[in-house]
Amino acid sequence: MPPESVNGPLLDVRGLTVVVPTRRGPREAVSNVDFSINRGEVIGVVGESGSGKSLSMQAVMGLLPRNFQVTGSIRFNGEEICGSSERRMRALRGGRIAMVFQDAMTALNPVQTIGAQIVEMIQLHNAGLSAGELRDRALSLLKAVAIPDPERRFAQYPHEFSGGMRQRVVIAIAIANDPDLLIADEPTTALDVTIQAQIMEIFSRLRSERGIAIILITHDLGLVAGMADRVHVLYAGRVVESGPIESIFREPHHPYTASLLAAVPSIDHVSERLKAIPGTPPSLADRASGCGFAPRCALALPLCATLEPPVSRFGASNVACHRAEDQASLSRMGAPT
Amino acid sequence: MISFFPASRALVPPRSRVSVGVSRFFRRIGWEHLPTVFAAVLIIALIVIAVTVPWWAPYDPVAIVGRRLQAPSWQHWLGTDALGRDVMVRTLYGTRYSLPIVAAVLLAAVVIGVFVGAVAGFLGGFVDNALMRVADVTLAFPPVLLAMAIAASLGPGLVNTALALIIVWWPIYARLMRAQVMSVNKLDHVDAAIVGGVRPARLLLKHIMPLCWSPIFVNATMDVGQVILVAAGLSFIGLSAQPPTPEWGQMISEGASNFYFWWIAFGPGMAIFLVSLSANFLGDALRDFIDPHSGHAA
Repeated sequence: MPPESVNGPLLDVRGLTVVVPTRRGPREAVSNVDFSINRGEVIGVVGESGSGKSLSMQAVMGLLPRNFQVTGSIRFNGEEICGSSERRMRALRGGRIAMVFQDAMTALNPVQTIGAQIVEMIQLHNAGLSAGELRDRALSLLKAVAIPDPERRFAQYPHEFSGGMRQRVVIAIAIANDPDLLIADEPTTALDVTIQAQIMEIFSRLRSERGIAIILITHDLGLVAGMADRVHVLYAGRVVESGPIESIFREPHHPYTASLLAAVPSIDHVSERLKAIPGTPPSLADRASGCGFAPRCALALPLCATLEPPVSRFGASNVACHRAEDQASLSRMGAPT
Repeated sequence: MISFFPASRALVPPRSRVSVGVSRFFRRIGWEHLPTVFAAVLIIALIVIAVTVPWWAPYDPVAIVGRRLQAPSWQHWLGTDALGRDVMVRTLYGTRYSLPIVAAVLLAAVVIGVFVGAVAGFLGGFVDNALMRVADVTLAFPPVLLAMAIAASLGPGLVNTALALIIVWWPIYARLMRAQVMSVNKLDHVDAAIVGGVRPARLLLKHIMPLCWSPIFVNATMDVGQVILVAAGLSFIGLSAQPPTPEWGQMISEGASNFYFWWIAFGPGMAIFLVSLSANFLGDALRDFIDPHSGHAA
C-alpha cells in the first residue's frame, strides 16, 4: 500500500493528453485535460459523443491500447499511475478504482452465474477467504444494491435479470472491494427513466454510506444536477468549463455550456422546437488551432478561430473562453444563446 | 365437401403397436427431426457394435469360413470375399478401426487447434502471425494430398494415418477458435473483467473461452464424416491398415479388384456412407439447436 496522502485529492489529473492513431496519422483526442476529485466527492464529466470523456477515463484506468500515447500526470492517492506497471494497475483496478460501464446488458459474463462473478471479484483482491465468507459478502453486496431475494438471485444467470437489475449487479461487482473511486461511464444511458432514478439513488447511497468518490460521465445534465458537487464540461477533447454545480447551472460562462443548458427541454416553457446547437463537433481529423467550439458559437470573434483561449478563473468556475464575461452577463440576463 | 380436419387419419387402423408409438413420438417432436433421430440411433448402434461384436459375431473376421466369392445368402448375409472370409462380420469389425480413428483424430485436432487458436487470437501481434502462418502453410495444400504425403513418409499403418490426419486437421480448428476468441474479446464483459483486475490467463480461460465452444462442436460433428472418408481413402490406396485388417477402406480396395462380385465392397461402402450421413445430420441438428438463425426451419 502506498502512503496515504491525507490532504491531497484522491485522484488528480494534470495535463492529460491522449494521442490516437488514425488512418491519417496520429491525432490528439484529449488535450491537456485537468481534473481532480476528493474523497467522497461526486463530480460530473459532461460532453457529447466524441468529446473525449470516455477516452480520458480509460486513460486513467490504463485500459488504452499500447499504440495510444498517453501523457500528463495521473495521481491516485498521491501515487503517479500514468505509465505504471500492468501488475500495479491490476491491483488498483477492481480494488481501489472500479468502473461501471454503460451497457449492463453486455457487461456481465453470460455463461457464469452472477454469484460466481461477484465472488470472483472479491476473491481476486482477498485471497484466502472461505467459500462461506465469500458467499456472505456477495449476498450482502446484492442487498446493498437493493436486489430483492438475493439468495435466489445469487444462483441465476445474467439473462434472467432485467436491464435495471443487471446494472445493479454490475454496481455490486464494482463495489465488491470497497473501492475509493468509482468511475461510472454513462451508467444509466441504456435504462429507462424510472430505473435511472433508482440507479442514481443507489449511487448516492454508496457515497453517503461508504464514502465512495464517484466520477459520473454522462451527456445528461439532469443526472449531474441531481448528484454532482462539481462539473467538468468537455468539448472536442478539452475542458471548456469546470466549477461547482450551482455556478455552472446558474451562470454558465462558456457559450457551449450555455447552449447545452438551453437545449434541455423544459416543461415550464412550452416551445415548439427543441433548441439544438447548430453544426456538429469537429472531427478528430480537423481540429484546428483555435477554440474548438468557435464554428458553432454565436459569440465567436475572429480571434476565437486562431487562438486557443487560456483557462481563466471567473467566480467559482474555470473557463476556457475569450468571451466568458460576455456570456456570463448574457446568462445573468437569462437569455440563452 | 371440404373439411378443415383431415378425417382420414381416424379411419385408418393402426398397423401395429410399435408404429403407433413411433409416430406419436414424432408427432410430438416434429417429423423434421426424423433424420436426426435416425442418425443418433445409428451412431449409438455402431458404438455398441464396436464394443460388443467379438462376443456375438458368428465368425472370426480373418478366418476363412467357406467357399470364396459366395453371393449373399442366409449363411453369409453379405457373401464371402476373395479369400472366403465373411464380409458382414468383417464390416461389423470395421467399426473397431474406423470409430477410434475418428475419435482420436478429432479429439487431438480440436485440442491442438483450440489451444493454438486461443493463444493466437488472445495475444495477437507476433505470436498470432507466427502461429497462423504455420496454419496457413498447412491449409495451403489439398488436405487429401497432404495426408497422403505425410502417411506415405511415416510409413503405412493405422497410427500413422491418425497422425497424418491430425496434422491436416488441426489448422481448421485453430482458425475457428482464433476468430471466436477475437470476437468475444471485444465484448463488454471482457473489458469489465479487465477493469476488475482479472489476470490475462484467467481472462482467457474463464471469460472468453467458455463463449467460444459452440462452432467448434458443430464443426467437429460435421467433420466426423469427412475424417472417415479421408481415412478410408488413405487405406484404399494402401497407406493405412494392412491386410488382413478388416478396415473399411482396405476392404473396398479388395472389392475393387473383384469388381463383379459387388457384395465385397457393398458392406464397407454402405457403412462409410451411413456413418458420414449420420454425422452430417447430427451436425446440422446441433447447429440449428445452438444457432437458430442459421437454419431454415424455425
